[in-house]
Amino acid sequence: MRFLVTAIVAYLLYLLLTIGSGTLLLWNAAELIIGAIFALVVAALVKNRYLKRSLRMLNPVRWFIWFIYLFPFLFAMAQANVDVAYRVLTGRINPGIVKISPKLKTDMALTILANSITLTPGTLSINVDEETNDLYVHWINVKPEVLKEMPRDYHPICNSFPDWARRIAG
Amino acid sequence: MAGMIIAIVLMVAGVFFLTVSALGLLRFPDFYARTHAVGKSETLGSILTLSGLAVYNGLELSTVKILFILGFVLVANPTATHAIARAALRTGLQPWTRKKVEPREKRTEPS
Repeated sequence: MRFLVTAIVAYLLYLLLTIGSGTLLLWNAAELIIGAIFALVVAALVKNRYLKRSLRMLNPVRWFIWFIYLFPFLFAMAQANVDVAYRVLTGRINPGIVKISPKLKTDMALTILANSITLTPGTLSINVDEETNDLYVHWINVKPEVLKEMPRDYHPICNSFPDWARRIAG
Repeated sequence: MAGMIIAIVLMVAGVFFLTVSALGLLRFPDFYARTHAVGKSETLGSILTLSGLAVYNGLELSTVKILFILGFVLVANPTATHAIARAALRTGLQPWTRKKVEPREKRTEPS
């Protein structure tokens, strides 16, 4: 079942990317055959990982929240790049690795958070503790006063992205 | 005409951020900081350049394909950055620091 769904999704994606390549219903024969072969290979490779406990992501409310999330995310991404440009030009950095405990439960939420952290100002996710779901984050401008309190508040490090990830896939 | 100008602005901004990424790669002191430059600036640079191309193309089939590639870059680039950084951490590379801000055991791989 998983195998079939994965293969069909992969095949549809391939067909979308090669649309308009020929006369056989918009595609040419070679593309159709190669696409089918690759879809089967991909499905065979990932069938045990893909779709694992991810039926909750079919809820349209979560998609809507995800769409809303794009706006603060894209803003933070632009900010992050200005920040990197500033640090490249001035050299004002104080890097270090810190640990945050976002208390997320699902793999999907953690994936969203880790990718968001990498793309947003000053932080880069490096490692995940899979038992406690803690993230190890490389922070390019460590503020020592934030590290003193234990349990550590993650808001100064990565804004409210853990909250967003929890809302989307928590 | 307006579309052309938007496309040019987007592409110039994209190239600027790609340049920043290359500069960061040269200027930052260690591996992890360099990963910052590559992970962030390169992603936004490619996204801006690609959206510039999409605007330049207008409403066409290839524009849809460009948007697909754009979404893929947005997901794949941070993931790849994460994989590289994790590999470095696992081989025991210590980050460059200005002064001691964290106890030593915090910086190492837990497992």
